[in-house]
Amino acid sequence: MTILEGLYYSKDHEWVKLEGDKAYIGITDQAQLELGDVVFLELPEPGDEFSAGDSIGVVESVKAASDIYTPVSGRVVEVNAELTSNPERVNEDPYGSWMVVMEIADHAELDDLMSPEDYKAYCGQEE
Amino acid sequence: MFPYVPATDSDKRYMLDKLGLDDIEDLFKDIPDNIRLKTGLKLDQPKAELEVMSSLKELADQNLDASKAAVFLGAGAYDHYIPSVVKHLVSRSEFYTAYTPYQPEISQGTLQAIFEYQSMICALTGMDVSNASLYDGASALAEAALMAADATGRNKVLVSATVNPESLRVLKTYLNTKGIELMIIPMHDGVTDTEVLKDKAGSDTAAILIQSPNFLGYIEDLSEAEKAAHEHKALFVISVDPISLGILRTPAEWNADIAVGEGQSLGSPMSFGGPGLGFMACKSALVRRMPGRIIGQTRDINGKRGFVSTLQTREQHIRRDKATSNICSNQALNALAACIYLSTVGREGIKEIALQCWHKAHYAASAMTRTGRFSLAFDQPFFMEFPITSDLDPDVIQSSLLKNGIIGGLSLEKYYPELKNTILYCVTEKRTRLEIDTLCSVLEGLK
Repeated sequence: MTILEGLYYSKDHEWVKLEGDKAYIGITDQAQLELGDVVFLELPEPGDEFSAGDSIGVVESVKAASDIYTPVSGRVVEVNAELTSNPERVNEDPYGSWMVVMEIADHAELDDLMSPEDYKAYCGQEE
Repeated sequence: MFPYVPATDSDKRYMLDKLGLDDIEDLFKDIPDNIRLKTGLKLDQPKAELEVMSSLKELADQNLDASKAAVFLGAGAYDHYIPSVVKHLVSRSEFYTAYTPYQPEISQGTLQAIFEYQSMICALTGMDVSNASLYDGASALAEAALMAADATGRNKVLVSATVNPESLRVLKTYLNTKGIELMIIPMHDGVTDTEVLKDKAGSDTAAILIQSPNFLGYIEDLSEAEKAAHEHKALFVISVDPISLGILRTPAEWNADIAVGEGQSLGSPMSFGGPGLGFMACKSALVRRMPGRIIGQTRDINGKRGFVSTLQTREQHIRRDKATSNICSNQALNALAACIYLSTVGREGIKEIALQCWHKAHYAASAMTRTGRFSLAFDQPFFMEFPITSDLDPDVIQSSLLKNGIIGGLSLEKYYPELKNTILYCVTEKRTRLEIDTLCSVLEGLK
């Protein structure tokens, strides 16, 4: 299981990569391993606004369909359309497969997320 | 006959000892004394099995059903002919269960039957995908509304006042609990008022729901409704009579997003009101929003054709409260009956049945209105049902018809107060010319 440096992690196994006010959001390697082969993604529309903890979409694997929760509040500025036509990319490269880009409203929310070390410990606990 | 004994006295004693109780009465002590029955049940003395059977038969004989009377009543449940092969195959023990397969993949025969049923519903409606069926036409309509609200993220549904009033009640119940607003579009001249519909449709509309042929039997012109729905990116939902699709334009040809309907006509008897069969088919883009089960075709590891319950991740047993619907069953036996019915009558058969219904209904309507005492409530095209107005009390008409071995139509005033002294008649392919002519002469003979 891979955990990348420089990202923020949520308890629901999403990662956030910050570039200025833009947050790239995807699901972690741990999440894709637990889900198994991803077959379908349902993502929001650009312009949709969400609060931290809202469900912004659904990732469906051969085993389950799970909600994707945004760890930060904001407005969706971009959606990864390439991913909806090739959902298997989530399994092949989870950290390269960002799902949405959010323009974030409140940087302080990032403080509630986990560092790579904390996330590693968190995944260890869950097992 | 010896009374039915679920447990002997020693069985009871054993169970009470295990429970640490002295008496069965102790089990009921939480029930307030003032609502407890103190005297035992008032049951007759035991009877011999032969006596029981003959007294049940005597009771059953008091029922007037479609095998003893000429039925001109439709309004949601229809007296179509059911080929005898349907009953013979449906009652085979390999198939005879009312339940959806819960360990599906070991029931390949049942899955194949459902897969074939789905394929035939798609052929009939012209839609891309069908589910494994829903409880009845009413719940199918309600599920379509929920599906549309989910797909569009909107909270308002427009429904025509000409849909089956009982389906409308079910729809209200379903939407009420989900906090979805339901707006009823009034009827004008027996069909949906499209001017009001166009006016009310907007960017907050999740779906437009219309039935055709509508509850009064009239064939709706759906072109304006389709435009109104899609102009506002709402879903267009049509409820159809499957038999009518033998001759009428399909939901796909009307560009519907979801087609639903009551499938009792396809091989299930009326049975005094149920069970029915809800069918639902939609465009492939909506397949992941579909409620209930879907059976798919696949290949096993040896490359052989097989069937699976597919897209199960949407369903309640996996997705819990986030499931597309809380239905996790299907109407298995009735769907099987529909599958056998449709494969028995075939493409030409369904067209022939629809044509016969149309011709006989139109013959009946013109015969009934010949003298001018009875007239069609509205001047609209109809399929096999039509409302007839006169200055006679419907109760008087119905009782005279019954005396002549005819079950008359449905008095519409209860559902549409403006339609006084109006009866909805239905003429299926089973009605003979003699029955229709008898109906007319009884009507003409009324004072």
